[in-house]
Formats: sequence, structure tokens, C-alpha cells
Amino acid sequence: MALAFDEYGRPFIILREQDQKTRLRGIDAQKANIAAGKAVARILRSSLGPKGMDKMLQGPDGDVTITNDGATILEQMDVDNQIAKLMVELSRSQDYEIGDGTTGVVVMAGALLEQAERQLDRGIHPIRIAEGYEMASRVAVEHLERISQKFEFDINNFEPLVQTCMTTLSSKIVNRCKRSLAEIAVKAVLAVADLERRDVNLDLIKVEGKVGGKLEDTELIYGILVDKDMSHPQMPKRIEDAHIAILTCPFEPPKPKTKHKVDIDTVEKFELLRKQEQQYFDEMVKKCKDVGATLVICQWGFDDEANHLLMHRNLPAVRWVGGVELELIAIATGGRIVPRFQELTTEKLGKAGLVREKSFGTTKERMLYIEHCANSRAVTIFIRGGNKMMIEETKRSIHDALCVARNLIRNKSIVYGGGAAEIACSLAVDAAADKYPGVEQYAIRAFAEALDSVPMALAENSGLQPIETLSAVKSQQIKENIPFYGIDCNDVGTNDMRDQNVFETLIGKQQQILLATQVVKMILKIDDVISNAEY
Amino acid sequence: IDKIFKDDAMEEKGERARMASFIGAMAVADLVKSTLGPKGMDKILQSTGRGHSVTVTNDGATILKSLHIDNPAAKVLVDISKVQDDEVGDGTTSVVVLAGELLREAEKLVASKIHPMTIIAGYRMAAECARDALLKRVIDNKENPEKFRSDLLKIAMTTLCSKILSQDKEHFAEMAVDAVFRLKGSTNLEAIQIIKKPGGSLRDSFLDEGFILDKKIGLGQPKRIENAKILVANTAMDTDKVKIYGARVRVDSMTKVAEIEGAEKEKMKDKVNKILAHGINCFVNRQLIYNFPEELFADAGVLAIEHADFEGIERLGLVTGGEIASTFDNPESVKLGHCKLIEEIMIGEDKLIHFSGVEMGQACSIVLRGASHHVLDEAERSLHDALCVLSQTVNDSRVLLGGGWPEMVMAKEVDELARKTAGKKSHAIEAFSRALVAIPTTISDNAGLDSAELVAQLRAEHHNEGCNAGIDVISGAVGDMEERGIYEAFKVKQAVLLSATEAAEMILRVDEIITCAPRRREDRM
Repeated sequence: MALAFDEYGRPFIILREQDQKTRLRGIDAQKANIAAGKAVARILRSSLGPKGMDKMLQGPDGDVTITNDGATILEQMDVDNQIAKLMVELSRSQDYEIGDGTTGVVVMAGALLEQAERQLDRGIHPIRIAEGYEMASRVAVEHLERISQKFEFDINNFEPLVQTCMTTLSSKIVNRCKRSLAEIAVKAVLAVADLERRDVNLDLIKVEGKVGGKLEDTELIYGILVDKDMSHPQMPKRIEDAHIAILTCPFEPPKPKTKHKVDIDTVEKFELLRKQEQQYFDEMVKKCKDVGATLVICQWGFDDEANHLLMHRNLPAVRWVGGVELELIAIATGGRIVPRFQELTTEKLGKAGLVREKSFGTTKERMLYIEHCANSRAVTIFIRGGNKMMIEETKRSIHDALCVARNLIRNKSIVYGGGAAEIACSLAVDAAADKYPGVEQYAIRAFAEALDSVPMALAENSGLQPIETLSAVKSQQIKENIPFYGIDCNDVGTNDMRDQNVFETLIGKQQQILLATQVVKMILKIDDVISNAEY
Repeated sequence: IDKIFKDDAMEEKGERARMASFIGAMAVADLVKSTLGPKGMDKILQSTGRGHSVTVTNDGATILKSLHIDNPAAKVLVDISKVQDDEVGDGTTSVVVLAGELLREAEKLVASKIHPMTIIAGYRMAAECARDALLKRVIDNKENPEKFRSDLLKIAMTTLCSKILSQDKEHFAEMAVDAVFRLKGSTNLEAIQIIKKPGGSLRDSFLDEGFILDKKIGLGQPKRIENAKILVANTAMDTDKVKIYGARVRVDSMTKVAEIEGAEKEKMKDKVNKILAHGINCFVNRQLIYNFPEELFADAGVLAIEHADFEGIERLGLVTGGEIASTFDNPESVKLGHCKLIEEIMIGEDKLIHFSGVEMGQACSIVLRGASHHVLDEAERSLHDALCVLSQTVNDSRVLLGGGWPEMVMAKEVDELARKTAGKKSHAIEAFSRALVAIPTTISDNAGLDSAELVAQLRAEHHNEGCNAGIDVISGAVGDMEERGIYEAFKVKQAVLLSATEAAEMILRVDEIITCAPRRREDRM
């Protein structure tokens, strides 16, 4: 009620400009919210699994993205509805936290909402549903823990890791060469991983893409790739055993921060200044040369004169290198970023075994490879592909694979994919439901039903009969009491996911269930939607 | 229910989405289809910009680049054609036509209830098989320089015969091959300068063995220098500014101004003297040379060329072997460029500077002559295509026969694979081979020949092992491609095959198109 009366019977307005707002309350609000959430989930549903389809998105500026990565689809979709935005957030947080399973989490949330709607129609209070879901999710997460398996690998035997990454990649367009890409991703992660602390800093892996060539040419470079060329066209294109000075100061006369003016009023001063200036350049170059640098990488530009002096003294240089790249170079080569020429010392130089310039295609595009670095803890994945969209999609896929490998290093537990984990959870939740007295029981059962929708979508996308397949697999799991049976998406002929080598990380799956439950709870708790009318 | 998207946003699902992308992609493919092959037609493109400038071309990449396309699937095709252009330079039309044909076949399969994923799986197998088939039949003449050169010549002629230059293709092929050999394996085509001068006929175009700079010689300076020593520089030759930040001139009397001006002049003079101390007789600068230093150079009898553009400078550095200098304090250590003769020459009405007898010769100039700007532009594009292909072939020397031969070879292998494959995939593999045959069909259609007859003949010929038959458009019959000297680069064909399949796959995988609301431009009043 937007209008209330005070004790004297005078009306006062609680919500201003009532007639310009649309307002939904009570059960209608919940219904509308659920409908919006379901609509988002329905869009993603067909992208799930190895046979999932892609979406083509045309951005506001006419740029085209083709992807089946849930987080990217939702991000680019530019939704207007508030609840739909919540779903977008949901997939994004899965992306930040885990990096993979962004589609699954939204499909899961959609299924939970659908079940909630049915319970609402039965007259169960939304809070009771939410609480039931909460209990069920706890059961499911615990059950996942139980059925999870430790997964053994070490630096020499990373085959299991490759297998897991291949599962992730098989749903992407790049599955043509998933083997080589998975290997690249695993090697990259292992190169930067700190196995002692079980930590992986993905920032050390740079993913660089260049249009042209083919996907098979994608390579892992133990070093850094910089999309720049030497500042002077006649500098050497190949430097072995380079000592790199990493500078963040320009090869220019100093510009003190305080305001100042140098007045020239006599000829002598003019001459003096001129001399001074020349000296500056000379000193700078000399300084670099003296400490033994054989390559200068600079964040800023050079003056023409400085450029020539460098060239002249046989000191190759790269200019306008971005800040992030500069940091990576510093990490990889073990050098220090030097902000002033005065502070340049021999110890601060980075070392790399080989620096070379490589040109591509028919256009004048060159890139600088810095390889065999002193500290090989920074690597670059260099992606080639037929077109821009392909490269972008490969980047996203590689990112997913990297995240999966990282998660496995952090936590070695895995569960089996292909819907096997969901079916197992569904069975466990269903069994647990009967133990709860009260209305929540129904909500818990609904949760179990919602869990089934993921394998169902998988079967549907793979062109199988969803209900038939699901019930067959389910009965098989109960009969043999083995939680490894899933949907045979690739038509291999076996339902045993251990044979198919389809794993997912335990934390990824747990996170999916927890995040989806949380969002659904949030949506269920809303009973009033007030939105401003269009202006 | 509430809509989840913003106003104006569109969403197309399932069949409709697929249809929209098929139609868009096929429309683009059909658009450029008629330009394929030696008898392909040109298109006139009129820009909407000021002047409504007109381009006449049959280069697929150029046509597609100038189109304003709204269909997202069509944009994918435009993109692959652009990448093809950047990567190998030629085959920009073929790649779009092949992708279009693949989608056309896919549409039929989808209509007969085959799932897109199955089609993709089939296409992938087929593409792999087609590539292997090509690899088996490549010819590599790297060891034999003479044969390699003749291969290159033939490739250049094949590329050029579909372009405006086809009348003089031998002439231009020679030119392109010579130019590419100059590069010695580098793929940096910037080192080949193409100068366009209207007038004369295309036949008058030539490759200069030296280097031509499109500049004039300063006034009062020698017009002809023998045994030139050249200093290539990039330095300011106006008043040299003091670069120290915050410096400014503040004087209190007129005499002081004069003094400083004098000092400035003195400084300039110093610089010129330093430059002269290198013992040069030609000075080329990237930046402007003002009147005063120009006069000084003229006095010293040095040829000074100003305002050569950056690439010009780099090329000059490459041909003459000189170092691009910006400081002039140590004359002994700067490498100077050398050439036998610098002279001013006239082409048409324009005076150009000609460097001949150069040392390194890693860059060169091609002078194109022709009746109009349109002709010249198109000639440049054609020549560029040829140069790109050649420079790529120099690195990857494998070649194939042309004239629809590679497509027929691939189609035959793919057909055989289809027969061996079990399951629904075999339909897709068969469709792939049909799409491949569409290219020779289009070539003969464009030439006004009876394509059904010719392609059937070709297919029969190809049934024999090791056959070299292709479509000879000139005589209008099936002929031996090796005898006719029609060759193509393997790299181009492979790139066409792979990117077309990749693009088709990408479009097939889509089952939903979401178009965001166009960004609103702020109304600024």
C-alpha cells in the first residue's frame, strides 16, 4: 500500500509517484521472477555438454561473438531484467571462483526455479522451499565429498590432468585438437605452479592470440611474447644470451614534476643547454651499455636521436611495452624494473637465452619472442586460428582448461562428469528427503528432481531420449551401487565415466550446487518488485 | 512474461536462427561467386562517403571489406576472407565460395533431419582427408632453382589471369617473381614499393632494378651523381628545438633576439657541417629540410632529399645498405649507403629520383602505368595478390596444379572416404565432396561454359590415377593442367580448405542468435 494515513486521517505518500511505477507483489512477484530466471536458463540449456550448440551474439556495436561459454554468453547478452542480471552474476561468480561449469550452474539454477514454481503452486511457502533447498544442497555437497576420488599425478606423470582438461575442452569448438590444447594448458599450469604450496598464479600465464595460421599451430612458449618490434628497423633481429634492462623511464630529457622554466636569454645559455641536452642522451645510452645490457625494453618512447644512438652503440631496444607485459618480462627474466637511469646496475638486468623477432603472414606484423628465460615461471600460450572469433573462443576455452588444471592442483579430488555426479547426488538427496519431517521434505524432493535436469539436458543435447536414458542410468547406479555411471554423450558405447575419462573437479561441482542454491534462495525470498516506469 | 532483454534487442532461436545464418552466409557467397576464376566478372563499389569514390575490383577481400553487413553469419565470412588476405594474399574469393557451398549442403542435410553436430563431425573428417589427399599430390621443386622459378612464374600467371592484368600476365608474372626473389625469403612486402603513375598502358609498367623515390631534387643541387655516398637520416632539419622540458626563450631586447637567432643558425650550420663531414654527396631525410640547410647542402654540392616517408627511408636503408642515422657526431662509424648513380628521371609528367647500381638490393620498386586511377588501383591489388602468394611460396615451396584440379582430387578422396564410413556422418562427407566440386562448376559457369558437361568429364578423367586434368577456360574443355602451366600454391589451397571448413563449422554450431540493442548515440545538441 503506497498510501497511508496518519493519526489525524491525513494521507501521506510512502512511495513517490506511484502511478509511474510498476509494482508486482506476493505470489505474482515470485512467479515473474521465476519466469525470468527460467528464460535465461533456457537460453543456455542447449549449450551444455560436449554436443552443446553455440550462440551467436551481436554486440551493440555490431561486433559478432560466437561462443558456448555460459559466462561469456550471459555477459554479452546485455539483459535488462533484474532477475536475469542475478543469473548473469551467478555465472560470473562461478567463472571467477572456478573458471569452468559456468553453463551448468545456470542450468542448475533454472531447474531449481522450475521446481520451486511447482511447489509454490502447491501452496508451500517460499521460505520453506528455500530452507528445504538449503538442507538438500548440504546433503548433496556432503555426498559429493563421499563419492569423490583422489586423483594422483605428479610433475612427471601429468596424463590424468590432460584427460581432465580434455573433458573441459571437448564441449568447445576447439575439440578438433583438444589433445594438443589440453597438453599445452597442463604444461603451462605446471610451469607456473607452486606444487609445494599447491598454488597456481594464473597471471603468470599470458594468453596471446594472432589471427592467421591454423589451430594446430598454437604453441606454448616458455617465455614471453610481446606484440612489439625493435624500435629501429636495422637493429638485430636475434639476440642470444640477452641481458635485458627493463626501464620505465623514457629516453628523453628529464621532466621534473615541479613546474619550472628554463629561460634562455643569452647565446651562451643557448649553447650550454644544447650541449647539456646532447649529453643527456649520450649518458643514458652509456649507462645502459656500461652495466652490460644487450637489450633495452622500455615502457615509453624514445626520441629519434636516442633511437639512433642506441642503434649506433649496437644496443637493440623495444619501446612502448605495456605495463603488464613489462612486469611479466621482469618476472620471467629475473630482472628488476628500473624507474631511473641512475639506479641501473648489473644485478638488476634480466637474463634471457634468446630474444628473436618473428614476422607473420603478408602484413608487416612482427612479434618479439623472449625465450629461455632465467626464471621460466612465466609462460605464454600463443593461439593461432582462422579468424578473430575463433581466436577469441579458443582463448576462452584455454582459460577454462587452465582453471580446471589449477583447481586440480589445489585440490586433488575429482568427481565423475557426464551427469554421473548429479545423478548420484539426486539419489542421495531423494533418500535423505524422507528423513525430514515437515513441509521441507517436498522441497528436498524437488531439489533431487532439479538435479536430474542436468543429465537430462546432456542427453537431450546429444540427441538421446532424455527420460529413457536418464532412468536407465539411474537404475544402473542403484543396482550396482556405483556412482560412476553417466550419460554417454559421445556415443562411445559405455556409461561408465571412468572408462570414458570424464572427470570434473570436486570443488567445481560443489561450488555449482552451492551457488545455484544461493541464488535461487535469494530469488524466492523476493516478494515485491518495484521498478521505475520507462522515462 | 517479462522480457529479459533490452528494447530493440532481438533473439532468434533454433531453426530460425540457423536459417538466418545460412541465408546470410550464402547471400555473401553468391555475391562474390561471379568473380571467381579467370573469366570472373568485376564489381563496382561506390562508397557512401564524400565524393562517392568508385572502385572497380574482382578481389574478394576488397569487395567484402567494403560491404556494410548486418547479418552476423555473413560477418564471419567477411572475416575469413580478410584473414585469408592477410595470411596468404590470394584465394579470398574461393574461401568464401567454398564456405558458402559447405553451408548450402549443410542446409539440405539439416532439412533431412541430420543433427548439425553430426554434420560437423563429417565435415571434419572430410577436411582432414582432403588435406591428406592434397599433401600426397604436391610437387616440391625447392632443390631445383630453375624449375622452382618456373613454378613461381606459373603460379603468378595463374593468380594474375583472373585479374585485370591478364592481358599482360607474362610480363607481370616476370616482374612479380623478380621482385620477390629480391626479398631473399623475407615476407615483408613493404620492401616492394609500388608506384602508380597514370598514363601509358599497363604494358609500360616495369620493375626497376634500382630504387625509385617519388621525390624531387632540391633547387640548385646536382641532378646526377655518380658513385653516390648516401646518408639516410631521420632528424629535424628545421630549427633544432631544445628538448629539455620547460625551456623557453626570454629576451629583453631586439639585439638579443638577433643573437639567439644567429646562434640557432650557427647550430644548424654545425649540424650540416657534421653531416657533410661524413663525406657524402647525397643526404636523404625523413623530415622536412628547411630552406637554410637546403641552401647549405646545395653550396656543398650535396643532393638533399627531404620528406621521404618512413617506409621510403626504411626501403632506402635496405637497398643502399646504409644505416638510418639521427645523430652525426661520429662520422667514422656511421654506415653509409652506396649506389652507382642517382639521377632524376621522368615518368609521365612527374620527376622521380632514381637510384641505380645499389649494393644490397633487398627492396625494389615497381612502376605501374595505366589509363586511369581505377585501372591502376586494381592493377596494384592484383599485383599485391601475386606478390603475397609468391612470397609465401618462396618459404613453403610446395605447389599444386590449378584450374579445379585440386578440388577434383580432394573430392575424389573424400567420396571414397564417404563410402567407407558407416553412420550418418557419411552423408556429411558426401556433401563435403559436392561442395568441393562446386568450385570448378562455378569457374566454368563464370566462363560461360557448360559446367555440368565439363565437370562430369573431369570427374571421369580423375577416376584414373595420377591424372592432371582440370578445366581449361580458354579453350573451354578439359585439359592437362601441367601442360597448360596452371599452378597454384599449396599454402593457399590449404588455407582455403581449412578456414572455409572452420567457418562453416562455426556457423553450423549456432542455434541461437542474440542481437543486442544498438548502442544509442547520445544526442548532442
